[in-house]
Amino acid sequence: MSKSSPGLEYSKVAEIRGPLLVVDGVDKAAFDELVEIEDGSGSRRLARVLETGFGKAVVQVFEGTSGLSVSGTRARFLGRTMELPVSDQLLGRVFDGLGRPMDGLPEPVAKKFLDVNGSPINPERREYPTDLIQTGVSVIDGMLTLVRGQKLPIFSGAGMPHNMLAAQIARQATVVGEGEEFAVVFAAVGVSHGEATFFQRTLAESGAIRRSILYLNLADDPAIERIITPRVALTAAEYLAFELDMHVLVIITDITNYAEALREISAAREEVPGRKGFPGYLYTDLATNYERAGRIKGKKGSITQMPILSMPSDDVTHPIPDLTGYITEGQIFLGRELFRKGIYPSVYVLSSLSRLMGPALGYVIKQGKARPDHHQVGNQLYNAYARSIELRALAEIVGKSGLTGSDLKYLQFGDAFEQKFLNQGYEENRTFDDTHRIAWEVLSILPEGELTNIKEEFIKQNYVKTAS
Amino acid sequence: MPAKGKIEWISGPAVKASGMASAKMYEVTQVGEEKLVGEVIKLTGDIAFVQVYESTSGLRPGEPVVGTGQPLSTTLGPGMIGTIYDGLQRPLDVIAKKAGAFITRGATADSIPFDRAWDFVPTVKKGDDLEGGSVIGTVQETPLIEHRILVPPTVPKIKVKDVVGAGKYKISETVVVAEDKAGKKYDLMLHHKWPVRTPRPIRERLDPEIPLMTGQRVLDSFFPMAKGGTGAIPGAFGTGKTVTLHSVAKWADAKVVFHIGCGERGNEMTEVLVEFPELIDPQSGRPLMERTILIANVSNMPVAAREASIYTGVTMAEYYRDMGYDTVLVADSTSRWAEALREISGRLEEMPAEEGYPSYLASRLAEFYERAGRADILGSPVRTGSITLIGAVSPAGGDFTEPVTSQTIRFVRTFWSLDARLAYSRHYPSINWMSSYSGYVESVGKWWKERVDSEWASLRAEAYGILQREDALKEIVRLLGPEALPDEEKLILDVARMIQIGFLQQNAYDDTDAYCSPQKQFKMMKMFVQFHQEALKSLRNGTPLSKIRGMQVVAPMLRSKFAIKNEELDKLDGLVKQMSDEFASISAAPEAKAA
Repeated sequence: MSKSSPGLEYSKVAEIRGPLLVVDGVDKAAFDELVEIEDGSGSRRLARVLETGFGKAVVQVFEGTSGLSVSGTRARFLGRTMELPVSDQLLGRVFDGLGRPMDGLPEPVAKKFLDVNGSPINPERREYPTDLIQTGVSVIDGMLTLVRGQKLPIFSGAGMPHNMLAAQIARQATVVGEGEEFAVVFAAVGVSHGEATFFQRTLAESGAIRRSILYLNLADDPAIERIITPRVALTAAEYLAFELDMHVLVIITDITNYAEALREISAAREEVPGRKGFPGYLYTDLATNYERAGRIKGKKGSITQMPILSMPSDDVTHPIPDLTGYITEGQIFLGRELFRKGIYPSVYVLSSLSRLMGPALGYVIKQGKARPDHHQVGNQLYNAYARSIELRALAEIVGKSGLTGSDLKYLQFGDAFEQKFLNQGYEENRTFDDTHRIAWEVLSILPEGELTNIKEEFIKQNYVKTAS
Repeated sequence: MPAKGKIEWISGPAVKASGMASAKMYEVTQVGEEKLVGEVIKLTGDIAFVQVYESTSGLRPGEPVVGTGQPLSTTLGPGMIGTIYDGLQRPLDVIAKKAGAFITRGATADSIPFDRAWDFVPTVKKGDDLEGGSVIGTVQETPLIEHRILVPPTVPKIKVKDVVGAGKYKISETVVVAEDKAGKKYDLMLHHKWPVRTPRPIRERLDPEIPLMTGQRVLDSFFPMAKGGTGAIPGAFGTGKTVTLHSVAKWADAKVVFHIGCGERGNEMTEVLVEFPELIDPQSGRPLMERTILIANVSNMPVAAREASIYTGVTMAEYYRDMGYDTVLVADSTSRWAEALREISGRLEEMPAEEGYPSYLASRLAEFYERAGRADILGSPVRTGSITLIGAVSPAGGDFTEPVTSQTIRFVRTFWSLDARLAYSRHYPSINWMSSYSGYVESVGKWWKERVDSEWASLRAEAYGILQREDALKEIVRLLGPEALPDEEKLILDVARMIQIGFLQQNAYDDTDAYCSPQKQFKMMKMFVQFHQEALKSLRNGTPLSKIRGMQVVAPMLRSKFAIKNEELDKLDGLVKQMSDEFASISAAPEAKAA
């Protein structure tokens, strides 16, 4: 950031459209520079330069342009990009979507100021994540194992219990053998007051609030601010993880609101739209947030990211879930049908995936830090459940009588899988061992010969003979 | 005289600079006080449109823009193998040493170490005639790679005037002095530069007819790739593109492998960095990293450098091809590269074609894939080399009719189509055997016939026939249930499922299963086909299907992929014998005519 002319003030606002303001007669506004906008009454809002040159600067006003006028508005260019003051005093506090205190307490004393945009982690300096997190949720631990430093979103739909699942994970997550608790950074992006309070209360009840930071941009807060909220939260998380050696779990909800704010700005700038009116750079923009998860060589801390997004009309091919899935390391997919059946958590495993599970397990199993059958059991559960779903569809057409012996076993397996393995209480915290015991119990409904994903020695050790 | 101008306008990676009348198209420029790297992509009057390869945050109008007079180039010489580069060929480990764990902009780093001395052995002597592309000596770059030092391709016919003796030399020391007819002197060093957007010339293109063995059964046996061929691997997210590409990069029997992470995840590059030094190449017995070059321009790194990374990679691959080596380049993902084109095109305010992509998307894709091929190389001694290009495609919403997928299909000959439904049931690699194809089946058949078995082509056709028949029968099953089929057709369903589970599925994370040798692939395929033949015979002789379904040998057949190692082929023979014996016993058993 070059040093010249901080605090330059211009009063000539040429145009206001949507969230954008065009300031005239500006020679040297820097790209991405922070701007303070003052309206006629003297109240101030923050803005950022999107385009600069030929005597003009196009700025995006975070708090919206309502009430601003062409004549009475003044813009002050602050000579720096947007920075967040950070220190360990952020913990236990509640801030607004731009990082300003909203719990009535004073500004925390800053140890440092960090650019909210962050910088990409050099891939050469990344440490490959391999520490398994026990979330206490069977379906995740057994089939979608989460790893410290992973970014694993929850793909949900309107009305489904994604917030409960995220809260349960935030409360229960530990790394086996370390017992170290996670610091939680929670970013509410355009969610309702109720949802935000739910998280706040959950964190308070479990005592986790002392090691949490909350950034709240609620549904009635300015939409454009949502562009910044995840960045502010991730900047704080990076400070905790890479300077204070903490293991941080970042929960961002709801990414759909974030992407819509981005679309609003893009439309106001009259850019050529990509799919469904979202800008062509949506992928890259989302990546600048999601990629701020991970581990760094030589640093103790980590950032595990769990963004939540509600798929418009439950459509996974919608650009927001689609592009997210291409960046994140898997997804936890909540299924409408399971939800209707009353199963919690209603994770539809066939559309879910944890990309880091295979490589991480390969590594920790060799070290003897995980059960050697963990991965194979997970795969077998998938295959068998997929087959049972296929056969359920078939049975609906031809009737159960049209199916043969082992096919009927698969149907039985499918039901037991949903009721025993998948279904568990919001308060129920299962260990890895609990999860595997239940997994073998339901797998043992199938004849031994059907378990082709599992090595024979593991079948010999674990197959529950009485079940068949 | 390089152009000197100043910034007039900035929007993201796009900068307009005035006073640039002498700038050339695609000239590299230094933008701003921090000398960010940029490239001229449009000229109007004295205004140059520059795409900047680094973050422009904080850049101001009025800052200087200086041309370098040079196009974007790679530095080619020993020291590249095993390195992880960014899209502009800056080594990321050097950048990390200078700037720390986070990438800051304006960092400079030599592409290859200029201070390191190499053991150079000259292969030419005074008075020898050389031309562009000729080998002048060798350097052992890694235990696996003998780096052949080349005369730059643009040099005319020259005669060697002086050669240094074998010994240690740094890459910018002159090792050969030569002269052309006109008496012009040429100082040849261990390295030279080459612009990334210009393909390196070759003498003649050759037909790709040698298979590129990847150790992946569904690829090698059903949809083979040829050395010098082109392929695309499209699939929605979660279908295993990256795992499949990693498997190809790990096991392909090529001399040098390039892996471009173009707009993808940072952890995926890290995975390669962690894994490859520990994995052993089955052909050479050496760590895979000794033959691998990585280019990482991950999704949150500047978008313009993502556009360049593809060209940087393919230029380096051409250089190793010119040494006479088979190279493979996998690009993950070409869709992100196309998105970079779209973003820059949008900032240039060009008229968009489909879905906002520029109208030249197809021609850029064609140019890229055209840099693949097997070729006779320029210069002496006579040698051939190849580049195999494999691009991942990430279609939006898994829709293969979107512009990048549909345009890519036009230019590639192997199409490995990933199927979300297969991925959901954890059938990996989730390559759909009905919609995938390879244009090289015929041409590589000769190699299989000579090197593995003369029966290969007919067995492959028979195995594939079973899968095709199953696909047709599935429709009927969906409507009427499996019991509506006659026994012979039920058998097809059973055997097809055995082939799918026992042959097509392959576990990239299992030590034994990750790589399957051509010999093992052939024997396994033969085993399943033979099972079908014998079962059919047995069925026609009156053996009930339930007995065939209950055979003991089926489970070990399905497990043979990970239970039998590549070196234990006799165990597969034993399994086949066990199968034949069991067929004999169930057919011979007196018919009790029970249910």
